[in-house]
Amino acid sequence: MSLATRSLPRTIGAHAILLTYTVIALFPVILVIVNSFKSRAGIFSEPLTPPTPKTFDLIGYNTVIGQGDFIHYFQNSLVVTVASLFFVLLFGAMAAFALSEYRFRGNTLMGLYLALGIMIPIRLGTVAILQLMVASGLVNTLTALILVYTAQGLPLAVFILSEFMKQVSDDLKNAGRIDGLSEYTIFFRLVLPLVRPSMATVAVFTMIPIWNDLWFPLILAPSEETKTVTLGAQLFLGQFVTNWNAILAALSLAIMPVLILYVIFSRQLIRGITSGAVK
Amino acid sequence: MAAETRPKRPFRWHIGVFLAPALLVYTAIMILPLAGTLQLSLFRNIEQHQVFVGFDNFRTLFGDPNWSVNFWNALRNNVWFFIIHMLVQNPIGVMLAALLSSPRLRFAAFYRTAIFVPTILSFVIVGFAWKLILSPLWGVAPHLMDLVGLKSFFTPWLGKEQYALTALSLISVWQFIGIPMMLIYAALLSIPEEVIEAAECDGITGMSQFWKIKLPLILPSIGIISILTFVGNFNAFDLIYTAQGALAGPNYSTDILGTFLYRAFFGFQLQVGDPNMGAAIATMMFLIILGGVCVYLFLVQTRLRRYQF
Repeated sequence: MSLATRSLPRTIGAHAILLTYTVIALFPVILVIVNSFKSRAGIFSEPLTPPTPKTFDLIGYNTVIGQGDFIHYFQNSLVVTVASLFFVLLFGAMAAFALSEYRFRGNTLMGLYLALGIMIPIRLGTVAILQLMVASGLVNTLTALILVYTAQGLPLAVFILSEFMKQVSDDLKNAGRIDGLSEYTIFFRLVLPLVRPSMATVAVFTMIPIWNDLWFPLILAPSEETKTVTLGAQLFLGQFVTNWNAILAALSLAIMPVLILYVIFSRQLIRGITSGAVK
Repeated sequence: MAAETRPKRPFRWHIGVFLAPALLVYTAIMILPLAGTLQLSLFRNIEQHQVFVGFDNFRTLFGDPNWSVNFWNALRNNVWFFIIHMLVQNPIGVMLAALLSSPRLRFAAFYRTAIFVPTILSFVIVGFAWKLILSPLWGVAPHLMDLVGLKSFFTPWLGKEQYALTALSLISVWQFIGIPMMLIYAALLSIPEEVIEAAECDGITGMSQFWKIKLPLILPSIGIISILTFVGNFNAFDLIYTAQGALAGPNYSTDILGTFLYRAFFGFQLQVGDPNMGAAIATMMFLIILGGVCVYLFLVQTRLRRYQF
């Protein structure tokens, strides 16, 4: 280790820059959450101070819970995200296993075909997807969203998972074969448990864009029954433009579940990214 | 070759079973609609019938002033959106990653986690939160600028034609800076200790070590980030829609291809939605993205030298 990398001014400089950027990254989020607990007067007169007994007020939260059907939207988002995630992981892992384990004609071609979707966004097919959903009567159903998100998540899942499945020891699988296990048992009993960490990485990568997507809920499932949290929040915010308490409370309610999940899983997510899962 | 040397075996059904679900969903929901959209762009609805019109929709898109003005405006804005990302997001991302990867830095995990927070938030939250912060009604932004003596520079950026697009691009940069930072950070961590030690033996340390040793080694990662940014930017929609609405105001100054596609496809206010014109715009976006990906794959990636350790 050279002296240069340890010198004090350099370390202080690094901390100063990183700390400044951390403030920039967190400031808007904290500002919104802090102000959501204040009365209207408090929001405008002292936006930068934490709520005091004088300015503390939950009126925004009362409005949101009274007006918007957020619990229902939340359920929709949860159903869509969990179901899509399940299918992406199951189908993705199966296809990745087939591509990485067996040599068959068209293997490379199949890999390239599936990889096409990593670069070309599914949104460009929206016009025909809507026609397809109209024709099959799936408009305004959660099924439509689940199907679209499964297709959207598969390419990257197959790509990442097949990289990891190549690392599973051949000896283990062959030992299983000698013991008379079927190919299906080898996949479900031997290989899947071994690639569980990489499945978690794929899960996080797949989950965030699905939960946050606005485009497909807006186009395929805008009805009251099928609104997701993201779409619901968007419409709610559009209606309550002048009710600052309600807007700040709705934003905070949308931020908090994601933030809590992130704090719990950030270690896994960051390890996933930095282990070279995305190359 | 390999097939001939191997003994002939029975058809392996399990390969098909493993591949079928993924292939089926992917083909039916992604590839076929994509192809269908490209095909739709060559048709037009005349008296309730889809009639093949060749490239007429594209002629309208480029030739008819009702469409072409908006199209070129959206494309120009989109290019500017991309340029801001490349000039601001990636250099800052690289800088943050370089600082984070410096050896024995304390609180590195905390910084990493905190700077990545905006990336996990949805566009709706980001768009609205910034709209509130930049709003002259609330006064948080002018107040903060007053603290550093820059209050006179404050204007309602999102409401002014000449600034709105740049302001939104910077908001998008704020949101996504975590991705280049993480990918570069990963690339920097994977540089072996011996290479760094050899550089130090030759007296190359600090900044020159970064420029001469590390930067060339992380160039492939920078290439990947650039193409990810390109695809993401030319496909963007949500942030503009949340912050400025489908009309991408003020006066279309923040209109990009995604919002233009949405308006053409669904119609807005007096304009009636036209799936065929929507398909034509989606086709143009497809060609732009495909072009970018090809440039990356055939020109950039093949010229970047990769080092195997």
